[in-house]
Amino acid sequence: MPAVQETIDQVRSIDVDQYKYGFETEVEMEKSPKGLSEDVIRFISAKKGEPEWMLQWRLDAYKRWLTMKEPNWARVSYDKIDYNDIYYYAAPKMNPAPKSLDEVDPEILKTYEKLGIPLREQEILAGVEPQNRVAVDAVFDSVSVATTFKEELKKAGVIFMPISEAIREYPDLVKQYLGSVVPVTDNFFATLNSAVFTDGSFVYIPPGVRCPMELSTYFRINEKNTGQFERTLIIADKGSYVSYLEGCTAPKRDENQLHAAVVELIALDDAEIKYSTVQNWYPGDAEGRGGIYNFVTKRGDCRGKNSVITWTQVETGSAITWKYPSCILRGDNSRGEFYSIAVSNGMQQVDSGTKMIHLGKNTTSRIISKGIAAGKSENTYRGLVSAHRKATGARNFTNCDSLLIGNQCGAHTVPYIESKNATAVFEHEATTSKISEDQMFYCQQRGLSEEEATALIVNGFVKDVLQQLPMEFAVEAQKLISISLEGSVG
Amino acid sequence: MADVTLMKTPAETALVQAFENARTMLPGNAESRAQAFEQFNARGLPHRRVEEFKYTDLRALLREVAPFAGVPTAEEAKAALGGSKAFANVAALQVPFVNGHFVREAVDFANLPEGIEIVPLREALASGHEWLAKLSPVPWASDNPVYQLNTSFMADGVMIRVAGSVETPVHLRFVTAAGSAVATATRVLVVVENDASVTLLESHESGDGANHQPNDVVEMIAGDRTNVQHVRLNAEGDKALALSTLAAKIGAEANFNSINVVAGSATSRHQVYAILNGENTNLRVNGATMLKGTQHSDSTLVVEHNALHCESRELFKTVIDNEATGVFQGKIIVPHHAQKTDGRMMSAALLLEEGGSMNNKPELEIFADDVQCAHGATCGQLDEDLLFYLMARGLPKKEAESLLVQAFLGESIEFVENEDAREALVATVEGWLKARS
Repeated sequence: MPAVQETIDQVRSIDVDQYKYGFETEVEMEKSPKGLSEDVIRFISAKKGEPEWMLQWRLDAYKRWLTMKEPNWARVSYDKIDYNDIYYYAAPKMNPAPKSLDEVDPEILKTYEKLGIPLREQEILAGVEPQNRVAVDAVFDSVSVATTFKEELKKAGVIFMPISEAIREYPDLVKQYLGSVVPVTDNFFATLNSAVFTDGSFVYIPPGVRCPMELSTYFRINEKNTGQFERTLIIADKGSYVSYLEGCTAPKRDENQLHAAVVELIALDDAEIKYSTVQNWYPGDAEGRGGIYNFVTKRGDCRGKNSVITWTQVETGSAITWKYPSCILRGDNSRGEFYSIAVSNGMQQVDSGTKMIHLGKNTTSRIISKGIAAGKSENTYRGLVSAHRKATGARNFTNCDSLLIGNQCGAHTVPYIESKNATAVFEHEATTSKISEDQMFYCQQRGLSEEEATALIVNGFVKDVLQQLPMEFAVEAQKLISISLEGSVG
Repeated sequence: MADVTLMKTPAETALVQAFENARTMLPGNAESRAQAFEQFNARGLPHRRVEEFKYTDLRALLREVAPFAGVPTAEEAKAALGGSKAFANVAALQVPFVNGHFVREAVDFANLPEGIEIVPLREALASGHEWLAKLSPVPWASDNPVYQLNTSFMADGVMIRVAGSVETPVHLRFVTAAGSAVATATRVLVVVENDASVTLLESHESGDGANHQPNDVVEMIAGDRTNVQHVRLNAEGDKALALSTLAAKIGAEANFNSINVVAGSATSRHQVYAILNGENTNLRVNGATMLKGTQHSDSTLVVEHNALHCESRELFKTVIDNEATGVFQGKIIVPHHAQKTDGRMMSAALLLEEGGSMNNKPELEIFADDVQCAHGATCGQLDEDLLFYLMARGLPKKEAESLLVQAFLGESIEFVENEDAREALVATVEGWLKARS
């Protein structure tokens, strides 16, 4: 069955030539020398005022990276990246560092205004109900330019700050957790990131604390010939809860820009982390010129008992996406969830999915992935679900649907399902009619057609999480939820 | 990933030596063999970093290469064929092989069923028979190391041509004589002309205790409006390492049905490469695998829909007892022009005991926008509720389990059209379950 008209229109409305965030900001920038070398790493480390151990960590990563080969197993193709033709550090000139928002370059503030990201606490307080407040860390190229509500969060014991500050102020916490989920040697792009990461957010939620507001980071690439290498580290201590959002955009350019981030989440006993992403990097034009190469390593470690990590992603941007937010379900009874909508248009290439690694007893995971390919794009779901010997009672449910609009694009599914435990029960489905017969029966009893009932149930999972995204971040996301997957092919 | 140059394993070195020794004695075009071997040797035995062999690391599994089997004497052949026999209950035309060599004397060439022609491959290779031209590698198989090894070493086989509707099933019976371990490489070509139909049984038997290493390739070319029923049984001995490939090119409005039942081998890998070249064709590829001990079995499947309106159904059932490992890798490919495709792939695995493992990889690769493709994979233990139900009715646990396992595998076997062959397979399942309890 081909896609229904409504879906086609909705996908068209976010086609590559409709990109709204492609403007450029004129600010005076300070950059590292072009290319990558030990000196550049020393330069970055010095700029950030890092302690010696951090510099050593970076240099070790760099040495390791030199021995590694770029992975080529993903279903994406691109011209070879010249890693020496990139500026690894670019920051707006601000000497001395701004102490308050008033000292930040007004051009930059204007940029965030245009993007609809609120940076002024008073305005947010005036305009919106208190429970909808969002604390924002705004990262502009290689540095964080502003972090809101820091003080108020501090009262609750929550640490929310740029990671470069955290390295200076909370070195013990950073030392303990940095690289503990995504080791320095993990993969080519993660190792590169470990060597040159510039900024990103650090979050620590103390035991028993429910973070009083949504936390978010807004990433903006602005400068030419730069790459953005952010590093985010979120630690939810025992019994705590945090919801974190990430948004990203970049100007329209004919060149490709590299974005290689690493995100590490750690959930201790009974903690819960919700991590949501609205990825809207510049996707390139209709002919495939320009756009961001998005090579990201995101991994969460459910380290404690009964911990929960939820990844939600709405992917509409980037020329190339290579991204597999994963959960290591180490603690007994821990839960991992992955909800994804990936829409590719134009010449975009998406190779994305998740890994659910069941190590502990009675661990559960759920994967709901929707891929929509239009134009000449390629959209691949690649996922791994594995149960190890000791993962008694592990449970997984996977549902991945894809939809093609036009016959110039491709949709692919590459699931890996590995079970080493007889009591583990894994179900992987693309046939939506088999979601849950009871639920289907219930809906159909009440007069819904099979298609409607399926949509209701599948969307029910996704909606639950996506509706919590603040409007500023996710007008597109909201629109996308309603996209019907009628005519989807498994 | 660091750049690693792999050292040649002893098995790889042995293969090079074996090919050196055998090349002058093998029949047919030496050049194409040498070419295939060179292609193989350039990469060596596939290992876990080679995506298609991720779960079946031949580099680790194939430690020692058994010597390639010579032509058996008439007495040896007779003795080998005299033993117990798969599909004994099916009245079929026997086409027997002993140690990978066609036993010519066992076939009455003068009285073949109407519509069947058989040419021994060894003779055909030596004389350059015209049908050899049809032995062209199917897409996806040509680059496959197992297929390349077979092309390098194939010593014998048959070419069968089917015209018209053939009632009598043809039984390709491969027997490896008891005793010392041998490696064999056979190639069978089956050409089913337009409008023809045939039932093809294939059985592979060998004794326990010897490290036999068969590598068999069956290539089928099924024309338009053909009906092909293919039933394959792996009943190799408990130490065998069995590699097999089915490569099928199928025409329009055809009906093609193939099942592989695994009830033997320490290690086995069955690869199916099917391409649907004509419209409105129905393809069914099934599998029923029974594993115990430390057995390892891999079912690899690539189905390409290369025409409009084709339907394919793939159903693979695996039962895993003890510490055995099951692998399913399936892929349905639908290019731009294959609109209205309806493909459904399912792999289900039952793990009966702690210690077993199952690896599933059901892939879809779709470029057409008006198709229905689904894939599913499940893996788990027997349903407690069902067990309870049966036990509440007085069945002992083992028996209840057996019944459920039988029903589970039965779903895959029931598609075998030939009643006698189906019965033989059901008996194989029963035998396996009996040995278990």
